[in-house]
Amino acid sequence: MKIALLGNPNTGKSSVFNLITGLRQQVGNFPGVTVEKKTGTLQIDGNTHTLIDFPGTYSLYPRSKDEQVVYSVLSDENADDYPEVVVVVVDQSNLERNLFLFSQIYDLGLPTILVLNMTDLAQRNGLSVDTDKLKSFFPAAHIVSTNARVGMGKERLMTAIADMAQAVPERRTPIPLCPIDDVTCQEQEAATRYTFLHQVIDSSLSRIDHEKKAAVSSLDRLFVHPIFGYIIFAAILFIVFQFIFAFAVIPMDLIDTGFAEFAGWLSLSMPNGVFSDLICQGIIPGIGGVLVFVPQIALLFFFISILEETGYLSRVVFIMDRLMRPLGLNGKSIVPLMSSVACAIPGVMATRTIADWKERMITILVAPLMSCSARIPVYTLLIALVIPKTTILGIFNLQGLVLFGLYTLGLVAALLVAVILKIILKSRDKGFLMLELPSFKSPRWGNVGITVWEKVKVFIFDAGKVILAISILLWALATYGPSESMKKNIALAKKESKELHLSEAETNQRVASAKMESSYIGHLGHFIEPVIKPLGYDWKIGISLITSFAAREVFVGSLSTIYSVNETDNVNKRLIDKMRDEKRANGSKVYTLAAGASLMVFYVFAMQCMATLAVVKRETNSWKWPLIQIGFMGALAYFGALITFNLLS
Amino acid sequence: MTAKLSEIKNGNCATVTSIVDSSIRLKMMEMGLLPGKAVTVLFRAPLGDPIAIDVNGFILSLRLDEASLILVEEPSLAIA
Repeated sequence: MKIALLGNPNTGKSSVFNLITGLRQQVGNFPGVTVEKKTGTLQIDGNTHTLIDFPGTYSLYPRSKDEQVVYSVLSDENADDYPEVVVVVVDQSNLERNLFLFSQIYDLGLPTILVLNMTDLAQRNGLSVDTDKLKSFFPAAHIVSTNARVGMGKERLMTAIADMAQAVPERRTPIPLCPIDDVTCQEQEAATRYTFLHQVIDSSLSRIDHEKKAAVSSLDRLFVHPIFGYIIFAAILFIVFQFIFAFAVIPMDLIDTGFAEFAGWLSLSMPNGVFSDLICQGIIPGIGGVLVFVPQIALLFFFISILEETGYLSRVVFIMDRLMRPLGLNGKSIVPLMSSVACAIPGVMATRTIADWKERMITILVAPLMSCSARIPVYTLLIALVIPKTTILGIFNLQGLVLFGLYTLGLVAALLVAVILKIILKSRDKGFLMLELPSFKSPRWGNVGITVWEKVKVFIFDAGKVILAISILLWALATYGPSESMKKNIALAKKESKELHLSEAETNQRVASAKMESSYIGHLGHFIEPVIKPLGYDWKIGISLITSFAAREVFVGSLSTIYSVNETDNVNKRLIDKMRDEKRANGSKVYTLAAGASLMVFYVFAMQCMATLAVVKRETNSWKWPLIQIGFMGALAYFGALITFNLLS
Repeated sequence: MTAKLSEIKNGNCATVTSIVDSSIRLKMMEMGLLPGKAVTVLFRAPLGDPIAIDVNGFILSLRLDEASLILVEEPSLAIA
């Protein structure tokens, strides 16, 4: 039996979903659209039923793309997901508005179960619902009350579903919906429906505390305070990022070294050859490259879903909306942008909550301009290389100032690009906020855990495929090359090493360096040299730019290979020494202040992250937007670096 | 006294009389904002925009330009 789960946002719909399906859930998309579809299964009396979680909505008539799914599925009996039974979750403490959606669904004539959720909150507000009276208005509905947050009412709901499965009630004659574009009809329907619902509420809802006036809670007073509101938000952000930077590093290092050691061990125990190389140097590091992002994504969504569950996040949206609007953004853009300081991948994934198409696209497009944590290794290497360790005005460390400047540059670029996109992008409708500020609740850890697990799963299986494919491609390009010149160069490197009496490890590094130089990527590096020369780069940097398209931090690793730096030593220090000594053909230094600064600017702007591209492709459901993104960020990077180089040299 | 909802001071109550015809009128009606509904303005964001109102026990936030589409009747001062 196919069961649809519907309800307003903030009614505890996902708690009900988790309550009766547990972890037997799958995330997919509704056919033809990028709206997330959660499906769960439940077993009753040996029969398996499918529960489909629809996006939370206030009405069957959609106001965002997400909500359109509800109308299109429920108005079309031939739709794949057309249900046999409908479960509507309503918040008892807010009955009238919740019954609006319920009565629309009831009128469709489908067998309907009405779940009166949040019993505790209703009681606290002095409300009690007379279910018999309520049923007299909706005689065909099964009414069940639950408090899904604490797991209360599971049995009752399961029994109601079992009863329906035993003997599926006849379909009643539906009262037809208004056409989707006939607003006048829909407005009339809304007015009539609320008149009817007034009667329903009058007879079935009793208010114990009649004089209870709407009061502003003290938490709201604090959270939207013109000074404390922002201080609290800043403090929460600070704590969240402290956690992410302090704790995500540990599992990330474990994944990094674990995969490297595993690949090393495997390559020793497998017979030499192309196949072994493909697995040990292409596939395994590729998988490692996907998994290494998981700790950050998981931690970030852990915090975001706590903030969301408690109701705090909507207050942040409330106080930030006015500040973000001139930029073509939305109060809801703040979470994706802040997340992108850790990593743009969860940032882009977090834009789902923005209902307005234009505001969401702008947020997705500018999010990767925020300096993410993968840029840190690149920034620190380059700063140590070309920025002197001096203090300015006696207190400011110049290196620190430059690092701060790079972060600011990214932020300013993101905001400026947002303003430009606001003018360029044509919007389908005017953006609006109209947001419910839900009451404060303590988070449900089960829901938090499930959200984190889902986000991680989507990332690994959807974006992971693209990342893996590109890593294998990059590996192949860095390993293979025109065989004649490759052989010649390797032989030359071996001969030189012998003449210089180098140790075996040093010889291997020389060979690796020679191999990379004569590989296809090496040729590509030479090939693009004329293009990047005006930025102050040579072909060696060119190679690193290409390989670090996989992920920015690969830049450091590639340079280490090219300059044959032993990885077991203090890589950064030895690499910096080598880079300092690096000379051009005419004897001048390669890494001058101008070239170093130009590289920094390049990395602030360039879309050097295939994982983010894969996620943008997934979230926008087309290659158009990631390509636009790589285009404008590439142009910013190129011209930004060009200007920097020319100003400083 | 007729006014726009955006002009009502924090803490004051007002009754909706009509909503200007616009693309979001339907959505406002679906949220329960219909003629005759009494709402209370609860608080405003730091720059005065958006505002938060109480509709039947839930808090709804509206941008100022959205709230200005809602025409309301403010009860005279005598009622406290």
